[in-house]
Amino acid sequence: MKAIVDIYLKEGVLDPQGKAVHHALHSLGFRDVEDVRVGKQIVLTLKGEKSVDEAKEEVAQMCEKLLANTVIEDYKIEIVP
Amino acid sequence: MNVAVIRFPGTNCEFDTQYAFERIGAKTELVWHKEQKLPKCDLVVLPGGFSYGDYLRSGAIARFSPVMQAVKEFADKGGYVLGICNGFQILLESHLLPGAMKRNEHLHFISKFQHIKVIHNDNKFLSKTEKGEILNIPIAHAEGNYFVDDETLKKMHEHGQIILKYCDANGEYDNPNGSVEAIAGICNEGKNVFGLMPHPERACERILGSEDGIKMIKGFFD
Repeated sequence: MKAIVDIYLKEGVLDPQGKAVHHALHSLGFRDVEDVRVGKQIVLTLKGEKSVDEAKEEVAQMCEKLLANTVIEDYKIEIVP
Repeated sequence: MNVAVIRFPGTNCEFDTQYAFERIGAKTELVWHKEQKLPKCDLVVLPGGFSYGDYLRSGAIARFSPVMQAVKEFADKGGYVLGICNGFQILLESHLLPGAMKRNEHLHFISKFQHIKVIHNDNKFLSKTEKGEILNIPIAHAEGNYFVDDETLKKMHEHGQIILKYCDANGEYDNPNGSVEAIAGICNEGKNVFGLMPHPERACERILGSEDGIKMIKGFFD
């Protein structure tokens, strides 16, 4: 079972990397880009027998404790059985 | 005065920090991050560097080092803790200080002398500086863009927790990294845990270009 965790800066928290990429895309002529957010993706391979809900709950704890800094970041978990 | 300087894998300012504190007559001891107990000390310093290679987020993994539990207990009992640069980031990740660090606004690693202004000196760390005094201290970081939500910021103002802000040589607004309100250093509500991005230990004798750092760390002496 895999868990795919996407971590982004919260809405309303200015994203310096996103801003720089946005600026670069504009310079390249991609003028239709309105906003860019840069995040990271962490892919976990889980062992043991777990339901999707149990796995999600466990990964959420990992996010709260370590993977994300919830002061500035939001996370989204996708479980792939 | 006895100072415990914590060393994580990737810490690189521990010797400079020892040197600066020994210059003002303190006894220092390096403490490896795997220690579960602190030596008897009056101050714990988390020095600068790149603990755990800054993997995941600066300070995010160092926070779980065994010694950090002891540092937390020491701080909870009112012990003095100072985090410099990466040490500040570790204190934020440990929730011993409020807020978080983001990449610098223009994404560059900044390494230069920077003026900072003393906002509050009614705390041990800055007790030997004047309120409004402008200090010249090196900064060297890629993730020093301090963020805190408005509500917490308001409380921090009420309790005098915003202790240092970046400024120019005349004390006017300057913000090298995009920090909220150009904040360079803060403390907790109990005023015993301090964090700052500038490196006082790199400004501890004239040959280094500034002695202002001595004025800051001297505050921990009675």
